[in-house]
Amino acid sequence: MGNESKVKIALTVNGEAAEVAFAPHKTLLEVLREDMGLTGTKHGCELGECGTCTVLLDGTPVLSCLVLGLACAGHAVRTVEAMAQGGKLHPLQETFADLGAAQCGYCTPAFLLAAEALLVANPKPTRDEIKDALAGNLCRCTGYIKIYQAVELAAARMRGEKAEPAREWLYGQ
Amino acid sequence: MANKKHVSDRPAVGPSGSRIIGKALRKVDAVAKVTGATRFADDLAFPRMLYCKLLRSTEPHARIVSIDVTAAKQLDGVQAVLTGPDLPIPFGILPVSQDEHTLCLEKVRFIGDPVAAVAATTEETATAALDLIKVVYEPLKSFDSAEAAVAHPEPQIHDYADSGNLHKLINLEFGDTEAGIADGDLVREDLFFFEGNTHLPMEQHAAVAMWSPDGKLTLWTSTQTPHYVHRALAKVLELPAARIRVIATPNGGGFGGKSDPFSHEIAVAKLAMITGRPVKITLTREEVFYCHRGRHPTLMWVRTGVKRDGSITGMHFKSLLDGGAYGSYGVASTYYTGALQTVTYNVPRYHFQGARAFTNKAPCGPKRGHGTPQPRFALEVHLDKIAEQLKIDPAELRLKTLVPPNSLTANYLRVGSMGLGKCIAKVVEGSEWKKKFHKLPEGRGVGLACSSYISGAGLPIYWNNMPHSGVQLKCDRGGGVTVFCGSTEIGQGSDSILAYIVAEVLGIDPFEIAVVTADTDLTPVDLGSYSSRVTLMTGNAALQAAERARQILSLHVGKKLEVPVERLTFADGRVFDSKDRKRGMAFAEAVQLAEAAEGTIGTVGSYTPPMSAGKYRGAGVGPSPAYSYSACVAEADVDLETGIVRVPTIWIAHDVGRSINSASVIGQVEGSIYMGLGEALMEEMAYRGDLKVVHKIPSLLEYKSPTTLEMCDVVTYLIEDPDPNGPFGAKEVGQGPLLPVMPAVANAVYDAVGVRVDEVPITPEKVLKALRRKEKGEAGRYGPDHFPTIAWPEPTRVPTPSEGGDGKAVSLAKV
Repeated sequence: MGNESKVKIALTVNGEAAEVAFAPHKTLLEVLREDMGLTGTKHGCELGECGTCTVLLDGTPVLSCLVLGLACAGHAVRTVEAMAQGGKLHPLQETFADLGAAQCGYCTPAFLLAAEALLVANPKPTRDEIKDALAGNLCRCTGYIKIYQAVELAAARMRGEKAEPAREWLYGQ
Repeated sequence: MANKKHVSDRPAVGPSGSRIIGKALRKVDAVAKVTGATRFADDLAFPRMLYCKLLRSTEPHARIVSIDVTAAKQLDGVQAVLTGPDLPIPFGILPVSQDEHTLCLEKVRFIGDPVAAVAATTEETATAALDLIKVVYEPLKSFDSAEAAVAHPEPQIHDYADSGNLHKLINLEFGDTEAGIADGDLVREDLFFFEGNTHLPMEQHAAVAMWSPDGKLTLWTSTQTPHYVHRALAKVLELPAARIRVIATPNGGGFGGKSDPFSHEIAVAKLAMITGRPVKITLTREEVFYCHRGRHPTLMWVRTGVKRDGSITGMHFKSLLDGGAYGSYGVASTYYTGALQTVTYNVPRYHFQGARAFTNKAPCGPKRGHGTPQPRFALEVHLDKIAEQLKIDPAELRLKTLVPPNSLTANYLRVGSMGLGKCIAKVVEGSEWKKKFHKLPEGRGVGLACSSYISGAGLPIYWNNMPHSGVQLKCDRGGGVTVFCGSTEIGQGSDSILAYIVAEVLGIDPFEIAVVTADTDLTPVDLGSYSSRVTLMTGNAALQAAERARQILSLHVGKKLEVPVERLTFADGRVFDSKDRKRGMAFAEAVQLAEAAEGTIGTVGSYTPPMSAGKYRGAGVGPSPAYSYSACVAEADVDLETGIVRVPTIWIAHDVGRSINSASVIGQVEGSIYMGLGEALMEEMAYRGDLKVVHKIPSLLEYKSPTTLEMCDVVTYLIEDPDPNGPFGAKEVGQGPLLPVMPAVANAVYDAVGVRVDEVPITPEKVLKALRRKEKGEAGRYGPDHFPTIAWPEPTRVPTPSEGGDGKAVSLAKV
């Protein structure tokens, strides 16, 4: 009934050591949002169906609605709040913003993190590899196309290439 | 100027003369969206906040015999429990169907209907309290389809229905349609069915209410229509509207699903008033399926007469909509199933009969395209069949029958700019239609379809003479400008539109404009983010406010510089003499000059659509300041063994009038294609109707929607044919491009394997059934086989403009 005693764990959140106390039944999603104030992580179903709650756990995308907070003791969690550093957007955030890959923005944090994990593992993914990596994340606004383009553009820039968006992405054929 | 590069460093590819309009700029809220900083309704939390949960009906149709909340109230942590009699005043989005109660009063009408509300210190406690509420139901016969509702007038789901369980019956005739159809060389009749589907926004609805002891209520809610929520709260809570503040938080997707005032919004407000504490509710995904208000399942019958050359002589269209348990926007939805058939192809005589049934399913309402995707599907497949019979290429057939620009349709819709011809030409060329149609190997085909959509409704929901959209503009002496508008950001870019337009007129950086929206205390009314009205209406209001500010500033700058005002240019954050750029001043200085002379600088702008031409009852649905047009070619691969349809590519051309931000326009086009593809192939609200009418699949996993693996490639062409009624010529884009997708895919399936699936979604099972029938030598078709007999009212007869009509109905005696 919410009166159960809290448990306390130590973990790394966005590169910083943290301790957090929460009711033991809580998921990582709930711990992040409710006990740590990190509301950048969203939820769409709380059943592991939509991918909206994706965060990185030790660098791997996980559905935070299916991970118990307790299971994260000693592990490293990365959320969207850590992507921009020193007041500067991450290259993926830059391209998502420039191309309109975020419309309502609700699924965006999850896509950004899933894409970031992909680019760490595979700096030059093909379109099909991007589709595969993002197949567990639903977006109802964009039709995914601007997301693919944003990932490709950011990947090129992260490889040090001078890449610009294709004209037809922004202005049509 | 951190964002400066997005304004001036990019190629000036906008329409000539404009600095911002037409360019692919970032949206003003893009950085907040990509950093997770945007605060959605469920991201809000307040000290001492309580959590609300709703108990929902487990019966599809039943009388409530008793509700016992004693045990729930006694549970530790429960602060308040509400049931129907606590909020007895009904509400609803339309004045003609105020048929919802916050919590059911005497009976429940679908599984998921809210029955009781609990506020408790934790969500878990509130959930546990629901289990302690005892409801005794006396089940009534329930209905799971419109046809069942037609067949059974009793027991009535609502006693205010036009007839039995038929909520609304419409019969409108423009000219002698039977005679018109008889003039055709070919008369064709077809039946179609469009299954219901839902919006599925990624964000579940959420709301937080706060009550202040000084008698003021604040509600933050994920709504597309804060103005109508404001009205509903005032009515049900019996509070003066001036004491209620509704703030629409940015919507995590809307698509029409957050356009009604909802029970949960009123319940948390009442609970906050009772407890004196903030109260929050976040719906579960299952509850979002129950809120629904999505696409009406619609059965359609169409009969058209055509000449050998493809010109239409008359059309008779009937629709039967399954409305679910409540009115919602349903009366408007029903009219919309018959309204826009006439704005693409010339239909000289037209007869529309529409009926909406009440059933014991989640209420249907407006989903992207509102009532028009179903008839568009029917019409475009019907025309494909006609083209085949006449042996005319489907693209040619359409090009021959286009409605001319600046014309009045048989049902009195005023068409302005009309770029459909150009759209068809673009997709025919881009897709290599002529090389592919009828020429691809078996299993692969192409299909073409077109559509049109309104750029906002010509009439407001509550009929009055006030503007549909208002903007206030404040100029700060530091050079900053703040735009206030009631419009609601649902991801479509409505906040950005305001900034771009004001920036264009005042020559300043759009990223230096503060945009304050969707707050009934702070912003002038905008009716809401629905009917693709926002860019045109708020854009025009913003344009007027900005032009007025420019006039004031010009007056004082002109005096100071001794330059005639008409020679002043506002650009690059400066005001200067267009004949001598050096002669000028910073925008901030211009504001200071004006402020010193006149006091605080602020202006207002507003927008009211032009008067509609139709004067008959029912003429309120369909008129719009401007219609967008789209043409689409879909390519389909059909697996003959499994019936699985895959769509590799869709080519779409959209006549947007003029892009305010072309990247946003393309984003809306691609998103529409995506949503249309889901409707074409897989999305459906499926119910189990054998024992109880219960939603089969209220979850994101089982309600199939396209992932990255199903989404097709999209080739987009923007057609810019500026409309005089749009700001800078802009028309809508958020909904129109969805409409042609379903019929284009259906037509492509026919081209691929020679079977007609006259029903959406086109699932593998239906394709296989049609293929089997074809193999057996029967008609290779899957679809409905009859339209039920309905006791229609006498038609409202309206002579067409070409018959000398004046838009008014004639009485039968005069005919």
